[in-house]
Amino acid sequence: MASASATYEIKSEHGEVINTSTGLSNKKLLMWAFLGSDVMFFGSFIATFLVYRNRSLVGPYPADILDIPITSVSTFVLLMSSLAMVLALSYVQEGRKKLGTLWIFAVVVLGAIFLLFQVYEFNHFAKVGLTPRTNLFGTTFFILTGLHGAHVTLGVLWLMFLGFGSIKGTLRADNAIDLELAGLYWHFVDIVWIVIFTVIYLISARDVAPPGSVPWVPGAH
Amino acid sequence: MQTTHPGVGSEPISMRFPRIFPRPKSDYGIWSWISTVDHKRIGTLYAVTSFLWFLVGGIEALIMRLQLSQADNTLVDPELFNQLFTMHGTTMVFLVVMPLSAAFFNWLVPLQIGARDVAFPRLNALSYWIFLFGSLFLNFSWFVGDAPNGGWFGYAPNSHLAFNPTHGMTYWVIGLNILGIASIAAGLNFIVTILNMRAPGMTLTKMPVFTWMTFVTSVLIVLALPVLTVALIQLQVDRLYGTHFYNTAAGGDPVLWQHVFWLFGHPEVYILILPAMGIVSEILPVFSRKPLFGYTFLVFAGVAIGFMGWFVWSHHMFTVGLGPAANSAFAISTMAIAIPTGVKIFNWIGTMWGGSVRFSTAMLFAISFIAMFTIGGLSGVMHASVPTDAQQQDTYFVVAHFHYVLFGGAIMAIFGGIYFWWPKATGYMLSEGWGKANWLLMLIGFNLQFAPQHWLGLDGMPRRVFTYAENMGWENTNMYASAGGFLMAFGVLLFLINVFYSARKRVPAGDDPWDGRTLEWSIASPPPHYNFEKIPNVEHRDDWWFTKHPELIAEYYHDEHEGELRAPSGAQFDDDVEDEHHDEHTSDHHGDDDHGHGIHLPDMSYYPFILALGLTIVGAGLMTIIPVIIIGVVILLWGLIGWSMEPVNDPVPEGASHGH
Repeated sequence: MASASATYEIKSEHGEVINTSTGLSNKKLLMWAFLGSDVMFFGSFIATFLVYRNRSLVGPYPADILDIPITSVSTFVLLMSSLAMVLALSYVQEGRKKLGTLWIFAVVVLGAIFLLFQVYEFNHFAKVGLTPRTNLFGTTFFILTGLHGAHVTLGVLWLMFLGFGSIKGTLRADNAIDLELAGLYWHFVDIVWIVIFTVIYLISARDVAPPGSVPWVPGAH
Repeated sequence: MQTTHPGVGSEPISMRFPRIFPRPKSDYGIWSWISTVDHKRIGTLYAVTSFLWFLVGGIEALIMRLQLSQADNTLVDPELFNQLFTMHGTTMVFLVVMPLSAAFFNWLVPLQIGARDVAFPRLNALSYWIFLFGSLFLNFSWFVGDAPNGGWFGYAPNSHLAFNPTHGMTYWVIGLNILGIASIAAGLNFIVTILNMRAPGMTLTKMPVFTWMTFVTSVLIVLALPVLTVALIQLQVDRLYGTHFYNTAAGGDPVLWQHVFWLFGHPEVYILILPAMGIVSEILPVFSRKPLFGYTFLVFAGVAIGFMGWFVWSHHMFTVGLGPAANSAFAISTMAIAIPTGVKIFNWIGTMWGGSVRFSTAMLFAISFIAMFTIGGLSGVMHASVPTDAQQQDTYFVVAHFHYVLFGGAIMAIFGGIYFWWPKATGYMLSEGWGKANWLLMLIGFNLQFAPQHWLGLDGMPRRVFTYAENMGWENTNMYASAGGFLMAFGVLLFLINVFYSARKRVPAGDDPWDGRTLEWSIASPPPHYNFEKIPNVEHRDDWWFTKHPELIAEYYHDEHEGELRAPSGAQFDDDVEDEHHDEHTSDHHGDDDHGHGIHLPDMSYYPFILALGLTIVGAGLMTIIPVIIIGVVILLWGLIGWSMEPVNDPVPEGASHGH
């Protein structure tokens, strides 16, 4: 078998031997296929949100409640976490342990800040009078952003796990693929947020009570 | 090449999760099945489990046929009838045809592409266990007297709490979500396996057609099942937590459910039929002693069906009133998808044309598949016409149509596949005599049952209604149909008799009883657990056939194969440089005592079983029993953490022979 491997050896850009038909590692291919699956998952929820746009029968409506500036800040935080992710992967691949660890935890912290913004937003909305049970806007908004938040939470936990691995020395340049997979996932979740931010906060943010619905009066719920 | 990587190999052991049970090693006993990661054993588990569900779903059908055999019958009350047709449909789609196909995927794909296992053996085991627990959870609803009753399509708001307050549809929603996870995990696994684990030289256009159809099906599963998951989550949060997705009082839209469900539901139809088409495409060339006619066209037709299957879903909704533009568009796309399907039928006929055809049981089933599927396809393309569809919607005509496709099509092909590959899997033959009786009774019974339903449907007999009035003139036809149903059941009984009879007789099959064409026939029957002692070098399509008959190479493939580049194989090497302790498919442990010569297979693991158990308990807990959720989460975490910290292979003890 040794001779056969000498004949068919393919090396990746980092010099590792990859023994698969496509030259991609199994795990990376699995992750890409999974992300394709997740596209359909989020796509269906985003489509549902768009179908139900302007169809709530009672308030609060998006224009009554959405706060674009605050969410822009949290969006910026999430986008910067992707930058940190790129740096983390690059340093781990180069074998620079301290910088790699530092940037992995930077992603974790930025992701956690994004989640705190979301917790604040959900709480605030509930206080003002929008819950998943209030109207169609509430239902679609909370379930879509909530499931995105669940994805972010999973990513934060995964990256914490890898960050501790980097400290202990089990995540190194030769198995940086593990971090790369988490990175693929993280960037994907980030991209999904860009779509959600556009659809909910930019496109729908000025939606008021549709014809035939009751306008919303703050504090009167 | 064979040097191990000290750092990677030894390091993870220091952070291993404490094991409660020792890592299983034995090849025998129930524990070895629970912890198996061997694709062949998992395939067997899939086959046995889903065949049992096939019997359950068949009994549900027989009860309905008994009820319908006479006008104004009172054997079954309307509520029970609703539960029966809901569970019959759900069972046959999710617990029978899909997992039976998965049994073939598991058994055959690694053998056909020259690999020693799938890309992720433990993930593969996880898929099976989730499927098993999910199916048990779904059917548990019978025992609490609250089986799902909203149809396999679960139309909201009919399935909504406001109109359906019992627990039945909650079982359905959670059960199908659990099963969906199993399907997606399996689909991902086979996509990676087929793309990455091919033997050297097996380019995509040299892959057996069954492997190709598995690939297309896997892509469909991975993309379609999440859409179902979304629909189910929406209905689930509505039912359990009072949200408004399908609450009509708050503006929820019933048509949205239909769109989301059928956007999943129509690709699902091709998920059910494409594996059957793959099976038939393997059987026909072998028993015609000819290469498959128009391989490239057939494969592209399969891919085209998989692609176009996404653009036809609204033909399930022609009577909703979507407007002429939408109806026309979906009518055209539905007619168009008949083209690649027709291509395939002509390819199969062309394969048999001029061949020296042997009418074995497997071949008879395969030919029946073509005939029955053609009838089902023709009645199907009739539904593409919007006005015609309006007449046929919700009548027995539709029932007849999709049973011709799914029983006459999928199940016939699957039975053919069982007769074809049984000798490979077990090492002994199934009796041809019993097999032909089995085939004949199933074919006659099937046609006697479903052909008359075309007439009943055109005469206006509605589906999903528990009985009909005496003066409608439907008694005789229904009686024939019911008789046909029992004849069919008798045919299935003959299959079971054949299995037990043949297991007693044990006529040895040899390695290649049918003079097969693809790689699985080049190894022993049953295959050793490492499959291939030496990974084959593939030079031709139907490589094994041309290995046996090198004189035929020039005749069929005169100029195609000079100086081709060999693709490297994922299964070929005995160590994986990239990441030893996490990667699933290779490692540093020899396979068995005497055989296999240092072939590395993953060790057994009980974590997939535990993870699947935890997941199902969480699902059960979602029926608003908080302590159960907590127990489930604890078990789930145990499985998850244990799994991620468990090396694929334990280190080999000092002094054990390595073989290299």
